[in-house]
Amino acid sequence: MSATAQARRAYRAPAQLGGRPRRRRGGPRTARLASAFLLPALVILAAFVFWPVLSALRLSFTDSSGFGAEHFVGLANYVEIFTTPRILRTLGVTTMYAAMFTPLTIAAALALALLLNRKTLWGRGFFRTAFFLPFIISMAVAAFAWEFLLDPQIGLLNYWLQSAGIHLGNVLQDPNLALPTVVLVAVWKSFGFYMVIFIAGLQDIPGELYEAATIDGANAWQRFTNVTLPQLSTTLAFVTIFALIAAFQAFDQIYVLTGGGPYRTTQTVVMEIYQEGFKKLDIGLASALSYVLLVITLVLSLIQFRFFNRREEAIAG
Amino acid sequence: MSAVTVRSAARTSARPVVGRALAFLIALALAFAVLLPVLIIAVTAFKPPAEINAFPPGLVPTSWTLGNFTRIFTDLPFARLLGNSFLFAGGVTACALVFDSLAAYALARLDFRGRGLLLVVIVSSLMIPFQATLIPVYQLVAHLGWVNTFQGMIAPRAADAFGIFLLRQFFVSLPRDLDNAARIDGASEFRVFWSIVLPNVKPALLTLGIFTFVNNWNDLLWPLIFTTDPEMGTITSGLTLLTGPSGILPYGTMMAGSLIAVLPLGLLFLALQGRFIESVATTGLKG
Repeated sequence: MSATAQARRAYRAPAQLGGRPRRRRGGPRTARLASAFLLPALVILAAFVFWPVLSALRLSFTDSSGFGAEHFVGLANYVEIFTTPRILRTLGVTTMYAAMFTPLTIAAALALALLLNRKTLWGRGFFRTAFFLPFIISMAVAAFAWEFLLDPQIGLLNYWLQSAGIHLGNVLQDPNLALPTVVLVAVWKSFGFYMVIFIAGLQDIPGELYEAATIDGANAWQRFTNVTLPQLSTTLAFVTIFALIAAFQAFDQIYVLTGGGPYRTTQTVVMEIYQEGFKKLDIGLASALSYVLLVITLVLSLIQFRFFNRREEAIAG
Repeated sequence: MSAVTVRSAARTSARPVVGRALAFLIALALAFAVLLPVLIIAVTAFKPPAEINAFPPGLVPTSWTLGNFTRIFTDLPFARLLGNSFLFAGGVTACALVFDSLAAYALARLDFRGRGLLLVVIVSSLMIPFQATLIPVYQLVAHLGWVNTFQGMIAPRAADAFGIFLLRQFFVSLPRDLDNAARIDGASEFRVFWSIVLPNVKPALLTLGIFTFVNNWNDLLWPLIFTTDPEMGTITSGLTLLTGPSGILPYGTMMAGSLIAVLPLGLLFLALQGRFIESVATTGLKG
């Protein structure tokens, strides 16, 4: 099965729920059999997904520290998040991160997908592998490499930039440059993944559309804006939301490169959850912040489901 | 019609080689830029410290050494961390493949009351970010007395909604006649599942397996909070604790460790390439 078909199957799939023809129900024997098949997975999901979601909600209304007595404090933790500038700022930092990460990643991924989609390109297979490679490297290890490349004294990239007359200094300690730097590391790691999705999308565009546009005298840019972009709109919407969700979960490279600094300019929501929940043991506040993250993700996911459905309706209708 | 043919023929023959060469050179330059961090890991791992700390820095080593590799295995419990990574990522993958496919089978091919609802509940749990449930998950594992144990590391991920959903989509697409024939011959439901249905979805199992292994091998947050004993960390969390903001490892040792951390997935990736990219692209679509 081709990558295209598989990718399409995976992201159209949610709309297929309940789309199958009805069958005769099995009796109690089937029910017993089904429970046996389902039991291990349901126990795991109940214990480590469904119960924790409810538990986090309960904790978010308490002053729990993980030990000793805990008291119901109502909305105090949520009020604290939205009225304490220090904490509120983590939401701002994360939004800034997402606002840089999403367009940069999508632009890079789309540009490279267009390049690799040229059938005449020499070494296409090699380039696809090369551009995808960062995606299989752990973000933490990628961050080690970037830390070394950007070292203000002996970093190769820093040295090359200096030779070109660009003096960045210690980017990871610079309050203006630290956030863009951790964003760039994430873009570097992830664009290959989005590129593969775009290539699948590009291969789905019927060739006749380009032929027709060419006959009408459209140049390369006009073909891109009038054929490629509209045809890719669903993929673009999907990928944008996917990147936004990923951006709101940023943690690994920030933990390695800046630890949230300097002056908390890279302190994202998940960094804050980690520090409040596991270092300062303010479990109540960390849980409330977890729920803020949950709600943001939920809203983005629901928008995504709407796109799926609209696309399915368009295809079915 | 002929005018069109002439025009498009002119378009393709006028500057084909120049265009192709230009596209190739652009791709090559970009590939070098993209691969630079990987290259720096691979080269620095074999450089002696004096050369790593020299100014101006260079890319290609003038002398090669294995000293960084011996240091990482003597200064850290690195063999142990490597083993932990394999056990953790491998354990999660094995459990998830078994439990997910069992559940997916029931959801796809057994007709029981409440099946549709159950599927909706499982699929909606895909929207819950793992980071949001971190604290209660940790508390539960701690309550069970499983901190710093393999069962504690693996259990929370031993089944996952995405895997169930993905496999269910594959199971649904298999023709029913396949297993009905076996049932008529008196095969048990488990036998139908194991010997008839599973062998038909090997590509899906491979896809899910690669995805799960890569994700867990590379994961930082869970091993980081879960293991308080340095001996129980994974490669990723172990290296991170010794570098990062409070880092004490010199670059050479760090890069040697990074190279070893990247190698298993790197080799798997180079061996499977297209297959691997398809897998990650399909399954990475998890939201």
